Amino acid sequence: MLKQIEGSQAVARGVAMCRPEVICAYPISPQTHIVEGLSDLVRTGELTPCEFVSVESEFAAMSVAIGASAAGARAYTATASQGLLYMAEALFNASGLGLPIVMTVANRAIGAPINIWNDHSDAMSQRDCGWMQLYAETNQEALDLHVQAYRLAEELSLPVMVCMDGFILTHAHERIDLPQQEQVDEFLPPYEPRQVLDPADPVTIGAMVGPEAFFEVKYLAHAKQMQALDLIPEVAAGFARVFGRESGGLIRSYRAEDAETIVVALGSVMGTIEETIDELREQGVRIGALAIKSFRPFPLEEVRAALGGARRVVVLEKALAVGIGGILSANVRMALSGIDLHGYTVIAGLGGRPITRASLLRLFADAIADELQPLTFLDMKWDVVQREVERQQAGRRPGPHAENIIRDLGIVGARSH
Amino acid sequence: MFQLRIHGRGGQGVVTAAELLSAAAFVEGRHAQAFPSFGSERTGAPVVSFCRIDDKPIRSREPISHPDALIVQDPTLLHQVNLFEGLSPDGYMLINTQHSFADLGLADFVKQFRAERMLTVPASELAREHVGRPIPNAALLGGFAGLSGLVSIDSVAAAVEERFPERLAAGNIAAARAACEFVRNEMEELAHA
Repeated sequence: MLKQIEGSQAVARGVAMCRPEVICAYPISPQTHIVEGLSDLVRTGELTPCEFVSVESEFAAMSVAIGASAAGARAYTATASQGLLYMAEALFNASGLGLPIVMTVANRAIGAPINIWNDHSDAMSQRDCGWMQLYAETNQEALDLHVQAYRLAEELSLPVMVCMDGFILTHAHERIDLPQQEQVDEFLPPYEPRQVLDPADPVTIGAMVGPEAFFEVKYLAHAKQMQALDLIPEVAAGFARVFGRESGGLIRSYRAEDAETIVVALGSVMGTIEETIDELREQGVRIGALAIKSFRPFPLEEVRAALGGARRVVVLEKALAVGIGGILSANVRMALSGIDLHGYTVIAGLGGRPITRASLLRLFADAIADELQPLTFLDMKWDVVQREVERQQAGRRPGPHAENIIRDLGIVGARSH
Repeated sequence: MFQLRIHGRGGQGVVTAAELLSAAAFVEGRHAQAFPSFGSERTGAPVVSFCRIDDKPIRSREPISHPDALIVQDPTLLHQVNLFEGLSPDGYMLINTQHSFADLGLADFVKQFRAERMLTVPASELAREHVGRPIPNAALLGGFAGLSGLVSIDSVAAAVEERFPERLAAGNIAAARAACEFVRNEMEELAHA
């Protein structure tokens, strides 16, 4: 059923149709509307049986999800930013124990300085915690990926993060095709745990493991994610059969068949990239794009096949690995090892800075001319940086960067409207 | 693609207005995207929302810097915020006020644009009359439907009806229809001026 609806509400409806039995939640922007939507559905009895647990922190949210999942319940939670960091220890436990929890991450920057806006720093900081990470380009895909995520998680007994851009997607109202409950039931069978805490058939989950076995258990988590590389496309194909639309998968190419230049990105910025590519294609520029849908597991072979024929690859990413540069681009480079091409890393959109078509047009023109720096910071205000650097050099105690820069910019620059 | 920006203050339903407009376009079978400027959602603080409408799926997600239309819910913003930034020369503008452009000191400014696309409407007064509270958003959407014809007043009414409880919806729909009527009369007067 088509409906004009907020992204968060669409995800809440989609999650509810997956019939989670335990939802634990602690509010944090920009995720809050999702769990509010779900709490409404539980309160009104539309989602039943389901226990909605309001917890005291994100650490508790993930811990409750772990307990619920280990006891055989389909469990869900959602978070963002500092909330994801606060549950970091429990994230490793969930994946280490092989519990098929599904969690939405409404991607948001990480402080300091505190910032509620979108980028991918939060999910990227947990990229190696053993969870699968799927990235949604649109709200339709965000909804669809949750349905697919439970299939993947429960088949492999591994947790899945569905990453959607905070605010840009979570707070956008657009046309969504809401699935029918019967379709979701057909696609997603009831949860049959591969391991469960059952008093009638007692087992231990999570005991200490010494050097004699730890390595093997860790390897098995990796092996399961490698299995997911086959399973993700299968699940996406199965989803397309039942729901009649393409969502998910490992990667998606856009006008890249004959492209000399291919732009790689994660998430909702793909829309603006596609618009820019269409404009350049009209001018005869051979440029295309590649969306990475599954960041963990990372589809090395598919990325290599999709990019290997290009002359240059521009990786546009919304996270910065301080001290080296790109994160996504490091993974892309690994996929391309041994292939000779120009590779560029572009850091963009941190802390909610808009990524505009005008800026992308300039960026891609520079890339095509091979005039881009290997590590480029899109729309960086270099004059502002320079002033602050000079201040820091002028004396021993020039004060904090963020406050100095805000003072420099004044209220108009900070946010005029 | 049609792009619209709404300026107002927290508490005036600025974000809801963009969402309602997108819902009105949806009622007409079109694609629409509404989203707020984030982070400044405090009562009284300047707030901006955006709406895109198209006949095909909308892929752009950047804030709207070159709108085809502006709705200004609060004229006290005129001197605080660069409201008119990027408005297309063929663009529409609707300001919520009892005053004229000349009263607002905008007589010369609006001459850059097409006269029949620049209007003011006393939306807060209409809302006070029909809803009992000076929340001008639905009335402004009614006025905008009359001004631009981008969506019909019936679609605006359908969007309001779906969003609000019955009594609140009825008041807002009445305010929207009154504003639409007001705008149409103004346009007729302009055409005969």
